[in-house]
Amino acid sequence: MDGTNTLVQLVIAGLSIGSIYALIALGFNIVFKCTGAMNFAQGEWVMMGGMVTAALFGVFSSVGLAVVTATVLIGAIGLVSERITIWPVRRPDPMTLTLVTVGLAIVSRSLVMIFLGKMPAGYSGFSGTDVISIEGVTVQTQSLWIIAITLLFLVLMHFFFERTVLGKALRAVSADPQAASLVGIPSSQMLMLAFGLAALAGGIAGAIVTPLTLMTYDQGATLGFKGFSAAMLGGIGNLPGAVVGGLLLGLIETFGSFYISSHFKDAISFAVLLLILFMRPAGLFGRVEVVKA
Amino acid sequence: MPDAAIAPAPEGAVPASTAASLGDGLVVRGIHAGYGEMRVLHGVDIEVAAGEAVCLIGANGMGKTTLMRCLAGLLRPYEGTVGFAGRNLTGLSAAARVREGVALVPEGRHVFKPMTVQENLEMGAYKRLWPRRDPKVAADLAHIYEIFPRLKERRTSLAGTLSGGEQQMLAIGRALMSRPRLLLLDEPSMGLAPRVVQEIFAVIRRISAEGLAILLTEQNARMAFRTVSRCYVLSEGQIISEGTSEKLAADPAVKAAYLGI
Repeated sequence: MDGTNTLVQLVIAGLSIGSIYALIALGFNIVFKCTGAMNFAQGEWVMMGGMVTAALFGVFSSVGLAVVTATVLIGAIGLVSERITIWPVRRPDPMTLTLVTVGLAIVSRSLVMIFLGKMPAGYSGFSGTDVISIEGVTVQTQSLWIIAITLLFLVLMHFFFERTVLGKALRAVSADPQAASLVGIPSSQMLMLAFGLAALAGGIAGAIVTPLTLMTYDQGATLGFKGFSAAMLGGIGNLPGAVVGGLLLGLIETFGSFYISSHFKDAISFAVLLLILFMRPAGLFGRVEVVKA
Repeated sequence: MPDAAIAPAPEGAVPASTAASLGDGLVVRGIHAGYGEMRVLHGVDIEVAAGEAVCLIGANGMGKTTLMRCLAGLLRPYEGTVGFAGRNLTGLSAAARVREGVALVPEGRHVFKPMTVQENLEMGAYKRLWPRRDPKVAADLAHIYEIFPRLKERRTSLAGTLSGGEQQMLAIGRALMSRPRLLLLDEPSMGLAPRVVQEIFAVIRRISAEGLAILLTEQNARMAFRTVSRCYVLSEGQIISEGTSEKLAADPAVKAAYLGI
């Protein structure tokens, strides 16, 4: 195999898995910015995205329809989860909320195990299980789909935060919750919205990555930690940072497992993460003041 | 404290208050408030009639901000009621009070620093943009830019990059965007250069002349006396004196304590 072709293949594979991490990291950051808490349920929503799509695929026998329905459903689960676990918390300080999300994660995982089983779930990609070869470069079509869908999702999120009243209100709450309440923005509804969006990002990530990796009920935590690492890498609370962090982590992991060993895939990416955080404790794009919350 | 007669404005800018117009105004009765064990307010009664401009004078730590927080719904008093325009606001959240027509420009300004000037102003009109868009918001934005030309120049700048005076203007503009009927201003002159303070108070006089009821707090009463028709003096959590600006400005005790004479 030609060296350049290998490189291109690795870059595409790295960017596609990196896109998944970017989506998960985005979810972490949205909730972090509104609450100051780390949402441990983020990874479970990714897992649910895959598991629910698999279940719906059995009903619809259309991957596209199953993915869309599952993603919307996970977004709704995010909204409901906020209402029944976060909203009732009387003193919503970041540490309490973080602990609540640990509980939410465990319950979510158990419910999926009970209702959808312990067997690995999988389904074909949007273009079947095809690989395409262009000029000797072989890529899985699903990798290209992942990159394209992530890009579309990021553009939509950008539009939402920059152009819509609700998106701006969400930014206002994360900038200054007290001032937000003084202009009449109901912070509790905004928090619910943040959880819904985070779940949406997680759900779509899980729904589009499962054709490549399969999904089981217990994979949420691992995926969550990868997304968390990506968020830390980019600077926690920084939305563009999440995207760069995710892509970078995906590339490091893919190149590491190709050139060193796939056994050390996770070890390599965490080693690089630690190294970067030693040098820049607030992440690549983070400012120290962002972290204090 | 008796329901004191509310004096007419000195220069006719502010409509004369009557018992009837008080029904459209702010009526605060017996507010006891504080933070946990630390009691700050011990039974405060104040009134602001519709369209009236009133100042709450007091040194630092006397409870001015605590009272403002109670009025805006940021702090729940232990006891007492806050009524506005004939409605009891005591149990309402800060966000709900905005809908009732009460807007607070908080101490320290609290603009949304990572957002642009224009986005800050839009957020002031949040309740009029979501879920239904009020078509008058655009005209109000133009009006704010007319009052504060400086904000128009800097409308695409991030609020965090503005000077203190510009941030104060933005905070006032943002509050006005909710179309309040009562504007609460907590220490609008704090930390600002004298020239900027003059500018801010000129604006306050202007919006007062447009008929908006105003309650502001000040440490230094000199500027306030020229802006409002009536003042309360708050000391150690209680109203110790009350009257027209002329009367208080002539009071030797007030002079000594708050005019630095």
